[in-house]
Amino acid sequence: MSIADLWVIAEPSGDGVTSTSKELITGARRLGATVTAVSWGLHGDDIAEIVGSFGAQRLMDLGDIGAVLPAGVVASTVSSLLGDDTPDAVLIPASNDGRDIAGRLSAQLDLPVLTNVTGLRGGDELLTEHPVFGGTQTVLARSRASSPGLIVVRAKSFVAEDTAGARAQRVAVSPTSSSSRSATIRASHVEERSGPALEDAKVVVSGGRGLGDAASYELIEELARLLHGAPGASRAIVDAGWVPYSHQVGQTGKTVKPDLYIACGISGATQHMVGMKGASNIVAINKDPDAPIFSICDFGVVGDVQTVLPALIAALKARS
Amino acid sequence: MNVVVCVKQIPDPASPQSFDDTNRLNRTGKLVLDEADTYGVEVALRLVEAAGEGEVSLVSMGDATDVSALRSALAMGAMRAAIVSDPVLRGADALTTAKALAAVISRETPDLVLCATESSDGYTGTLPVQLAQLLDLPALTFATSVVVEGDTVVVHRQTEAGYDEVVAQLPAVVTVTAGVVAPRYATFKGIMAAKSRPVTVLSVADLGLDAASLDARQDVVAVETVVTKTAGEKYVDDGDGAARIVAFLERIKVLSVSPS
Repeated sequence: MSIADLWVIAEPSGDGVTSTSKELITGARRLGATVTAVSWGLHGDDIAEIVGSFGAQRLMDLGDIGAVLPAGVVASTVSSLLGDDTPDAVLIPASNDGRDIAGRLSAQLDLPVLTNVTGLRGGDELLTEHPVFGGTQTVLARSRASSPGLIVVRAKSFVAEDTAGARAQRVAVSPTSSSSRSATIRASHVEERSGPALEDAKVVVSGGRGLGDAASYELIEELARLLHGAPGASRAIVDAGWVPYSHQVGQTGKTVKPDLYIACGISGATQHMVGMKGASNIVAINKDPDAPIFSICDFGVVGDVQTVLPALIAALKARS
Repeated sequence: MNVVVCVKQIPDPASPQSFDDTNRLNRTGKLVLDEADTYGVEVALRLVEAAGEGEVSLVSMGDATDVSALRSALAMGAMRAAIVSDPVLRGADALTTAKALAAVISRETPDLVLCATESSDGYTGTLPVQLAQLLDLPALTFATSVVVEGDTVVVHRQTEAGYDEVVAQLPAVVTVTAGVVAPRYATFKGIMAAKSRPVTVLSVADLGLDAASLDARQDVVAVETVVTKTAGEKYVDDGDGAARIVAFLERIKVLSVSPS
């Protein structure tokens, strides 16, 4: 027996789907499975085109679900569809909404969820890879429950590959109303940010506690700007309220895989390293010579970010 | 306003983690209150204080040999705690844990159930929504602010781009992110009061749960050591740190080689 049929929750974003959704469709296709994407919102026509080009044969389109958190209605609909059409697994992006969908599906179907997955292995059965202890070890796991496996996959676990596949067959599905009362989105607030998005930037410059205070984060923003990159942050300074959550890199934030990652005043907690250790080149600046970040960096400077960063910024400005 | 907060006693995150011989997280050392849970306790206390009536109670699952970590949450101001502790729950997955906690919570009628977005030891992050589904409640997740307005709860929910204002009818499950409030320190009076507050230990049978429905259904097939990259060059800054970084950036071609 091999992996024949996989479903992917393809989260809408703008008039398409999120990049993690495309990565999951690619990962599912590479396992040799027939891929069904499940999506919702007002852009089903465009989404059928996009998920098709990444390798999905079919799109289950719930259409407009209204201004509610999607987990309840998406999970109820998927649960009802699974009655006559059960895949080997449902792959779910590890986003906020994805995690909520996984939780609802799990309880509705009485099936366990495998979370924080960063790799899939096919063959006779589907195995999931989970990084533990800061990524120093990988746990290989499987679900012993009946199908489908519910698998929550982290961003950047696969490289999305547009294979110019044919448009997916779009199946309109009426949303099954959730048994639980829903939560309504009353308003959306977008934080202004300029430059490339953190998860897509070729260069990421991140700051941590070692900056000393919130005002010093300007140094991070300026260095990022000079390198045409995006500013990031450790969980510690997000928790401290210095910068918004959208800047957070790590287990509970964004996973980044840039060409260059510069960690400034970041000691390298497990939580942080899981989100950035895939960078091609890592530069670290930290006062503590024993900081764990130095164990994974390509180039380390033991020094005070308050001295090194202004000098680095001045040197880069002098070149431009 | 009665608020239940789900809390967890976890191995001290500051000490190195390891697996036991059955590939489960080693939980033999001293357990501490998960720091992620202190934010939920603080939010709950503030909501009850704002309402001027009601109380905060705690539910937990795990080894109850030592409940001092639960006492530290009671010392912040929670009035009582219930912990499900049963040998059949050893190695329980998130859904099983959610079933046990749901069985405790459904014996009361709280207005709100608060959880952290995820624990700091397992990082699974699915339990709160599983709990909401089992209790048939709305779930408002990743909240950075929680306000009760009449019979509704309004939260600011983190999004990729910023935040959404999300509203639902009470009762509801809300998960709060770390750092949303400054958790209060227990006062000496609080610590003394916590000693006499009830901590109820419940077995699976006490909750009327069928042990067969609580079996863990995930197997660890193997644990592999990852080949991590070895540490690269490291220099102590002698005033030339910035220049050395510039040279490295030229070497990896992020910067073009300086004409000079």
